[in-house]
Amino acid sequence: MKSVFVTVGTTSFDDLIATVCSPAALQVLQSRGYQKLVLQVGRGELKPAVRGSPALAVEAFRFKDSLAEDLRRADLVISHAGAGSCLETLEEGKPLIVVTNEKLMNNHQLELAKQLHRDGHVLYCNCSTLVETLQSMDLSTLKPYPPGQPEKFALFLDQVVGFQ
Amino acid sequence: MQSLLPVALLLPLLLVPLALLARRRRGRRTPPLRLLVVAGSGGHTTEILRLLSCLSESYSPRHYIFADSDKMSEAKIRSFEQKRAETFSNSQFTLDRIPRSREVRQSWTSSVVTTLYSLLYSIPLTYRLKPDLILCNGPGTCVPVCISALLLRLLGIKRTIIVYVESICRVETLSLSGKILYYFSDYFIVQWPDLKEKYPKSVYLGRIV
Repeated sequence: MKSVFVTVGTTSFDDLIATVCSPAALQVLQSRGYQKLVLQVGRGELKPAVRGSPALAVEAFRFKDSLAEDLRRADLVISHAGAGSCLETLEEGKPLIVVTNEKLMNNHQLELAKQLHRDGHVLYCNCSTLVETLQSMDLSTLKPYPPGQPEKFALFLDQVVGFQ
Repeated sequence: MQSLLPVALLLPLLLVPLALLARRRRGRRTPPLRLLVVAGSGGHTTEILRLLSCLSESYSPRHYIFADSDKMSEAKIRSFEQKRAETFSNSQFTLDRIPRSREVRQSWTSSVVTTLYSLLYSIPLTYRLKPDLILCNGPGTCVPVCISALLLRLLGIKRTIIVYVESICRVETLSLSGKILYYFSDYFIVQWPDLKEKYPKSVYLGRIV
């Protein structure tokens, strides 16, 4: 069952949830072959105004200790621009659409989304362009994301404290 | 409130010359190093645990500090430390909470007041822990903790190395904590080349989380 996982991390991002649950978005998701929609709503409203249909099942929850399982099961992830959400998703090798929250002032999270997009790892849009992104997306164009290297940090630290 | 403000503004100004003086000597340390880790909400804790993932057991015990309003960090830290204990049998860690020094989007002036309040907790806590090294990556909580460490340094009580790693989500601009700690940290690490250009005293190791 092809499924979409939507995550807002530890924030609330009701605009994203509302957009994904809009008739237009649900229509597009269905037409692109998705049969399940799982929403992690964080601190936002838990009951998005949508019912599932036989063609597209909808589930929602606030938080879990780990989203690893939901990410693994997903065929597409739609996420807010939080670093943790983006990186976890990319490291699971899942296609990712990053949606920026325009209601956040000084939205520094745009920087990461833009950079990941520049590097070809994610699609990125805002709530008003999400539906058209879903309509036209070609996920095969996304490049795999090489993991970060914390071992370089460990090496650096050992050097500065004089362990080396 | 009015009378607090000049005092609050003076404090960082006093610390700048003294912190610069204190930075000169950087001695070789011997293991084990007592490590203080400042954890934060959202991705900060995830990032900092990744930074810790490759450290040897010479960085032990690990003392984690996070804000009292932070609900998620404790579970993540315990899970990380549990896995670690499977490899290193003598693994030790502690958890402490201090009042949150600044909520996201909190105004500048009220942030100074809440940071001063957090200092009332972070100073005795840092004094008790006397870490050899502080590792932080951006949540507001790191400011009072690092100020506390600098105070201990000025008073000759403990010479702590302060290492700040800016979050991976900072590509072109620094966070507020980063802008402050760029001047007060011993090592300031950035993860994107644009920032290295803008902040020449920073260290660039590529993406490390």
